[in-house]
Amino acid sequence: MTTSEEVTRSVVVERELAHPPEKVWRALTDSSLMEQWLMKNDFQPVAGREFKLRREPMPNWDGVIDCQVRAVDFCKTLSYTWGTLGLETVVTWTLTPTAAGTHLRMEQSGFGPDREANYKGARYGWKSNMDGLERVLEQIQS
Amino acid sequence: MGLGGRREINVNSGLTIHNHLVMVLDMPSAADNLFKALSDPTRRAIFERLTRDGGLTVHALTACAGVSQPMVSKHLSALKRARLVRNRRRGRETHYQARPESLAPLVDWIGDYGVFWQGRFDRLEDLLNRMDK
Repeated sequence: MTTSEEVTRSVVVERELAHPPEKVWRALTDSSLMEQWLMKNDFQPVAGREFKLRREPMPNWDGVIDCQVRAVDFCKTLSYTWGTLGLETVVTWTLTPTAAGTHLRMEQSGFGPDREANYKGARYGWKSNMDGLERVLEQIQS
Repeated sequence: MGLGGRREINVNSGLTIHNHLVMVLDMPSAADNLFKALSDPTRRAIFERLTRDGGLTVHALTACAGVSQPMVSKHLSALKRARLVRNRRRGRETHYQARPESLAPLVDWIGDYGVFWQGRFDRLEDLLNRMDK
C-alpha cells in the first residue's frame, strides 16, 4: 500500500568537486558568491535567520523564494527552508572531504501532499515550465 | 502499490527536456485540478485514507473525516475530477479507491527541480573554478 511517507519525495543531486570543503563552503554561504551561481539573496549563515532568494519577477510570480536557515555546521552541513508558490520544502547541503576535494550533496525534501504543504494549483504549470525552460535556454546559450 | 507514472528525466539530453516541456504545456488543466484537489487538508486526509485502506464507502469515510456526509461527497467529487479517486458501485453502496498514479504531474514538478539543481551545480562548479584564479 502507498502511505503518505512514500508519496513525499526528495530531489537529490550529488557531485564530486575538485575543491576543498572550505572553498565550497564559502561559495555556498557567502551572499555575493551565492548570487553568482544561485540567485540574488540576503543570506546570512545564522540559524533561524530568514532570507529571500530573488529571481526576475514574472507573470503570476514575484520571483521571491522565502527561506529560513535551519542549520549551519561549518564546512559540513547547511540547511534552509525553501518556500515558493505555496509549497515549503527543505534544502540541505552536505559536504564530505575526499582525497580529490569535496563530495557535495544537495537534498531538497518535503515534496508531497503532506499536511504542511499547501499547493496553489493555478500557478503550478507556469512554475514547472519556467524551470524546464530555463535549462533549455541555458543549453542554447552554451 | 507504488507511485505510478514516474518518469526519469535525462538532464544531458536537450531533446528529452524539450519533449518534457511540450508535455507539461499540454496538460495544464490536469495539473491544476490535481493541485487544487490537494490544496484542501480534508481532501488530502480523504485521499491518504483511501491510499491506505482502499475501497471505502462515503459512510466509512464520513466516520473519520470530521465533516458531514454531503461535504465528504463534495470532496470526493473534486478528487474524482483530479482523477485521484475512482468509484465503483457494489449493490446499494459506492466504493471509492485511490488512484495514486494520478500524482504524476507532481512527480514531474519534482523532476523539474532535479533539472534546476543540475543547472545550479554546473554554475557552482564554474564559480569554484574561477575562484582558483
